Amino acid sequence: MKNLMNWIEYRLPVVEKMKIHMTQYPAPKNFNFWYFFGSLAIVVLVNQILTGIWLTMNYEPSAEGAFRSIEYIMRDVEYGWLLRYMHSTGASAFFVVVYLHMLRGMMYGSYQKPRELLWIFGMLIYLVLMAEAFMGYMLPWGQMSFWGAQVIISIFGVIPVIGDDLTLWIRGDYVISGATLNRFFALHVIALPLVLVILVFLHIMALHEVGSNNPDGIDTKRDNDGTVPEEAVSKFEFHDNFTKGGKKVIIDSIPFHPYYTVKDLVGLAGFLFLFAYVIFFMPEGGGYFLEPPNFEAANPMKTPEHIAPVWYFTPFYAILRAVPNPLFGAVAMFLAILALALLPWIDRGKVRSVRYRCGLHKLNLVNFCVSFVALGILGVLPATPLYTILSQLFSFTYFGFFILLWFYSKNEKTKPLPERLT
Amino acid sequence: MLKHIIAAAALLASTVALAAGPNIPLERAPVDIRDTESLQRGFKLFQNYCLACHQMQYQRYARSFRDLDIPEELGMEYLMFTGERVGDHITNAMDPADAAEWFGDAIPDLTNVARVRGPNWIYTFLKSFYKDDSRPFGVDNDVFPMVGMPHVLQELQGVPYKAYETRLVDGQPTEVYVGIRTDGSGELSEEEYNRAVADLVNYLVYAGEPYRLESERLGVKVLIFLAIFFVLAYLLKKEYWKDVK
Repeated sequence: MKNLMNWIEYRLPVVEKMKIHMTQYPAPKNFNFWYFFGSLAIVVLVNQILTGIWLTMNYEPSAEGAFRSIEYIMRDVEYGWLLRYMHSTGASAFFVVVYLHMLRGMMYGSYQKPRELLWIFGMLIYLVLMAEAFMGYMLPWGQMSFWGAQVIISIFGVIPVIGDDLTLWIRGDYVISGATLNRFFALHVIALPLVLVILVFLHIMALHEVGSNNPDGIDTKRDNDGTVPEEAVSKFEFHDNFTKGGKKVIIDSIPFHPYYTVKDLVGLAGFLFLFAYVIFFMPEGGGYFLEPPNFEAANPMKTPEHIAPVWYFTPFYAILRAVPNPLFGAVAMFLAILALALLPWIDRGKVRSVRYRCGLHKLNLVNFCVSFVALGILGVLPATPLYTILSQLFSFTYFGFFILLWFYSKNEKTKPLPERLT
Repeated sequence: MLKHIIAAAALLASTVALAAGPNIPLERAPVDIRDTESLQRGFKLFQNYCLACHQMQYQRYARSFRDLDIPEELGMEYLMFTGERVGDHITNAMDPADAAEWFGDAIPDLTNVARVRGPNWIYTFLKSFYKDDSRPFGVDNDVFPMVGMPHVLQELQGVPYKAYETRLVDGQPTEVYVGIRTDGSGELSEEEYNRAVADLVNYLVYAGEPYRLESERLGVKVLIFLAIFFVLAYLLKKEYWKDVK
């Protein structure tokens, strides 16, 4: 047995990699509630992939058969309703978890140097996730699947010169049809999940290269030049990759496994409790996870009274609608996402964690959260004149977050950083 | 393509104005999908009054029989009319082209109608027909103005009409709408009719999610398991974290 292990290890260092990424990976010891959402995002991704595989076994990707096959899954396939609700609730849960994960990064400055690339991979994951969710929402071929797709695809039509051809290319037809459904199915079950898994892998590799940030936003890997007090140095054994043969000392850290695996297990149990509650008792999520018109088969001749995208798109949808000119609206929506991606360069501050940054930054972060949530609510509502004005106001404060940040972060008055994790 | 998004935007802007929603507040439907007898009565009403035009094409007879504790022989004798097999979907022989000609529009399938409209909408709708000779079927409906269907439950309810009373408003005698009354020609009293409509709505709610009760039974077990798992996970974490200072 020992020989076999050595034989494998020589050819593929599995045990070595386990040490680097799990048992001898140094994680700061003061991770709080906000640090659950990374591992939870992986759990939800696995849930989506597994339930998706089983749904695919009975789903029929055609305009004639799609809606019927969903009802077949819900009514005739053993536990088909459970698989489908796990998948549909999972889509919303994915965005809940990812939004909280992103907020964590913003609070503790996890996007700042040297974690810019890690943040970029995260933003790419978010983009692919939005495409994945959009295409997945089309597959049940209900009224909202059809008309929501109609509205979202037409956004691409505002691009000058190539817009018309682009929408034609996306749909594969002059209108949304079975051809569109077929290609969205292919992208939803193969292309995008593959890209997503690769990006998640890169995200984690990039994280493990630079190491995890922490709620204090201070470095836990210090130069071993004798300035680090003895009691601060972690007693645990970490991999040589991180200590660089004694050149670095690691303070206030613990091995990821078993300490954070058991801690994440607690977070997982709490998450699953809420997740299961929604799946079993309110799978429609009050009409936000599964919209009522989507229980009616797609009908190109009949427009629903009110078309609203699913809740996780609505902040950007509200920005789109807030701008009177459709082209500029689409540009504003694009900029709203781009601004997030450029956060590592917009924020010129040197202190990472909100704990030690200036009062204005704390207020500004609250402003960002309020604006984002308010836009999300406005995006579900019909565009009445009052709501449009509110959407414009909150679009302004949303972009205001980034503009203000760029100015005050340069010469920010920060609090002194602690020597060790608190 | 610009015109597409403008059309979409205009559509969204006009939703409030155009929303052909009910003209009257919706009544609360007394839904209880645990009341099997009510579901059985509702199923029977559906078969007798709705199925001639509306299908329930995603639900199978066998499923309704099983969930509603109806023995298959009884169900086949009293609830199936045109020689289908028990595993068949609940459909009718109406030709969609004929339907469009007769009623002016495609006839909606009712399998999921309670999830699309909500039980309160259907409940109030079925109680809001009133006599209006200007309409093709002699009736209109305040929940769905200009409705394109006849009042199929009229033999149960009687002929409903909008009743007005003369009342003094600011000292002037004024005609005031006081609600829908019937001429008493129906088989049921008002209370019985309300009960019948409630049974029918109850069945439609069941049919929208036939696995609802199974889901909730399983859900309770899963939540209990997860609660125990949470405690164990927490204790495990506490035990491991003893060495972390």
